[in-house]
Amino acid sequence: MSNPYKPYPVRIDKVIVETEDKNLRSFRLVFLNPEDDKAFDYTPGQFAELSLAGYGEIPIGIASSPTEKGHLLFTVNKVGAVSSALHNMKEGDIMGVRGPLGNSYPLKDMEGRDIVIVAGGFAVTTLRSTITWMLDPANRDKYGKITFVYGARTPGMLLYKDEWRAWQKRDDIDPYITIDREHPDWDGLVGLVPAVLEEANPGSENAVALVCGPPIMIKFTQPVVEKLGFADEDVIMSLENRMKCGIGICGRCNVGPEYVCKDGPVFTKAQLNELPREY
Amino acid sequence: MADMILKKSALADFIKSLSGSYKVFTPSREGQEVKFASNQGKVLLDFQNTLLSPKDFFFPQSERMFEYSTDPAAADAFILKDIATEPEPRLVFGIRPCDARAFVILDRIFKNDQYTDSYWFARREATTLIGLGCQNPCPTCFCLSVGGGPFSEEGLDVLACDLGETLLFKPLTEKGQQALDKAEGLAEADDKTSQEAARIKEQAEAAISSRISTDKIDEKTVMELYEAPHWEVVQERCLNCGVCTFVCPTCHCFDIQDEVAGKVGDRIRNWDTCMSWLFTQHGSGHNPRADKTSRVRQRFMHKFKYIPMKRGGDIGCVGCGRCIMLCPVNIDVRDVVRDMNA
Ligand SMILES: Cc1cc2nc3c(=O)[nH]c(=O)nc-3n(C[C@H](O)[C@H](O)[C@H](O)COP(=O)(O)OP(=O)(O)OC[C@H]3O[C@@H](n4cnc5c(N)ncnc54)[C@H](O)[C@@H]3O)c2cc1C
Ligand code: SF4
Ligand code: SF4
Ligand code: FES
Repeated sequence: MSNPYKPYPVRIDKVIVETEDKNLRSFRLVFLNPEDDKAFDYTPGQFAELSLAGYGEIPIGIASSPTEKGHLLFTVNKVGAVSSALHNMKEGDIMGVRGPLGNSYPLKDMEGRDIVIVAGGFAVTTLRSTITWMLDPANRDKYGKITFVYGARTPGMLLYKDEWRAWQKRDDIDPYITIDREHPDWDGLVGLVPAVLEEANPGSENAVALVCGPPIMIKFTQPVVEKLGFADEDVIMSLENRMKCGIGICGRCNVGPEYVCKDGPVFTKAQLNELPREY
Repeated sequence: MADMILKKSALADFIKSLSGSYKVFTPSREGQEVKFASNQGKVLLDFQNTLLSPKDFFFPQSERMFEYSTDPAAADAFILKDIATEPEPRLVFGIRPCDARAFVILDRIFKNDQYTDSYWFARREATTLIGLGCQNPCPTCFCLSVGGGPFSEEGLDVLACDLGETLLFKPLTEKGQQALDKAEGLAEADDKTSQEAARIKEQAEAAISSRISTDKIDEKTVMELYEAPHWEVVQERCLNCGVCTFVCPTCHCFDIQDEVAGKVGDRIRNWDTCMSWLFTQHGSGHNPRADKTSRVRQRFMHKFKYIPMKRGGDIGCVGCGRCIMLCPVNIDVRDVVRDMNA
C-alpha cells in the first residue's frame, strides 16, 4: 500500500525575494529523485503540501507551469509557523513536496473561449501557472483572446515582474497591471482591480472569468463580473481553507459536503452559490 | 461456514487457544470503566458497551507517521522515512455491532476514489473482529434508526450470541472462519440453538424503544438545513468542549504535527475536533467557522447530511448513544436530528 502522506524529497534550488516588504518569497524546488519528477504530473490550479521536517506542512498553490520542466515554483507569504520557517531556509536545503493535490482549472472546458483572468495580491500564483501554460505554443491556439487584470497595493508588491513585463510585449495577451495609488516609481495603470476590470471591459460573450484574490477584492469584483455579463457557471474561483491531509480524509477543510482540498480548490461561482459560506 | 457453540466455562481456554495466533483483546472492567484489554484472565460478558469507542484499534489517538533526522551532518537529514513496523495480527472479542458498523463507515472515509489511508487499512486487515450481540440495549441506543441493530453483522468477522450457559458463534467472513478453526472447545451447533439465537435477536430489537427518523433530511437541500433556526438554540447550551467528538466511533478528524527531540523528529497525527475554534483558523486570522453555532452545526451536518451525500447513502452515525451519555450539558443527538428532520 503506498502512503499518500509521504512527501517527495526536494532541494531548494533558488530563493527569490519577490516583494519590497520581503514577506513573499518564491522557492524553486528540484526533485532529489528523477522518478519523482515524472510522478509529479500536475495541471495549473493544483496545489501541493510543502513539507518541512520539524515544522509541518502547508498547502501552497503551484506557481510554475507543467510546460516549465525540471523544477517547481511556489510563492509563499510569511504568516505563521511553517511559512516563517520556510522563509528562513537557504538555497541547497532539503525539504519535501507532497502532491499534486486538488482539482485544477477546467482548461479543457475552457477551450475555444476567450479567457479573462483577474488577480489581486499574491493569489496570482496559480494564475501565473495558467497563463504560462496557455501561452505555450502547444496550447495558445486552443483559446481565444486572453485578458489579464492584476493589481497590488504598490509597484513593489507586484509578483512575477519579469513575466508580466514580457507578456506586455506580446500581442496574444492583454495585461492590465495596476497599483492602488499613484507612486513615483510607476508609470502604469492606477486604480483598484474592479475599476480597472470594468474599464478594460473584456467581452463576456463566449468567455470565462478566473477570479482570485483577497476576500475584499473578490467582494468588489463580483458585481463587476456580473455587470460585464458573465453567468455564474463561467466565473471560476479558487478557495483557501485551513488544511492538513490535503486528500479529503482529515475532515478539516470542508465547505458543506465538498472538501476544498480534494473536490476543490477550484469551484465555479454557480457551485459556490449552493454551498454555505464557510471559506 | 457453520454456526459453532462454546460452553461459557470453556471461554477462558477458548481465548487462550487463540492467543498463539493473535494478540487477543477482550472486554474488562477497570473501576467504573469498561474497556478492551489483552491478557485478561476473566472475560467480561455482562456489560453494555465500552466507555470510549474502539476506533483507536485502527486510528490511535496519537500516531507516528514518519521519522527523520534533523542532524544536518546526516546523509538523509530532513527526509521523511516510513516507520518500519508491521501491524501485529489482533483479534478483538466482544466488540458491539454498532461499533463494528462504525468501522465500515470509516473505511469509506479513509479510502476515497483517489486516496487510501495506509495506516488505517494496514491495521484493519491485520485484525479479526468477533462481535457480541447486544441483549440489554441502553436507553440511549438508537442503532435501529440509522441502519444498524443490536445483532447487526456489518463489519464483523464473527457474531457471537450469549445463550446463558453457552455462546453461539456465527462465522461471517473467511477471516472469521479461520479464527474459529484455530480455536479450541467449539462444537457444531444444532438447528435448535440457532433458532434460539434468532429469538434472542428479535427480543433485543424489540427492546430498543428509542427511534428517530431521517427521511426528510435527504429531501432537504444543504442550504435549507444549514439555515434552519434551531442551530441557534443548540449552540446556546453547547460548550464546544469536544467530548462528543472524542467518544464518537465515527468521528475521525485529525491534525498533523511535527515533534523534534534532540536530532530526531517524528511527524505525528492526533485526533482533532471540529468543535475547536483553531480547527479552521487560517494563518491570516480569518476563520470561516468563527462562531459556536457554525461549529456545532458542522458536527451534525457532517454526520447526517454530508456523509450520506458523499459516501454512498449511509448516515455517519451508528446510534451508539455515547455522545448522549457523556455530553456535560445533555445535548441529545436524537433531538437535534428531530429538528433537522422536521
Ligand atoms: C489551496 C491553497 C493554496 C494556497 N496557496 C498559497 C500560496 O500560493 N501562497 C501562500 O503564501 N499561501 C497559500 N495558501 C495559504 C497557506 O496555506 C497558509 O498561509 C499557510 O498554511 C499558513 O501556514 P503557517 O504554518 O505559516 O501558519 P499557522 O497559522 O502557524 O498555521 C498552522 C497550520 O495551519 C494550517 N493553515 C493555516 N492557515 C491556512 C490556510 N490559509 N490555508 C490552509 N492551511 C492553513 C497549515 O496546516 C499550517 O501549517 C494556500 C492555501 C490553500 C488552501
Ligand atoms: S459534548 Fe455536548 S457540550 Fe461538548 S461539544 Fe459536544 S454537544 Fe457541545
Ligand atoms: S454521533 Fe453519538 S450516537 Fe452517533 S455514533 Fe457518534 S457518539 Fe454514537
Ligand atoms: S485537508 Fe484534510 S480533508 Fe481537506
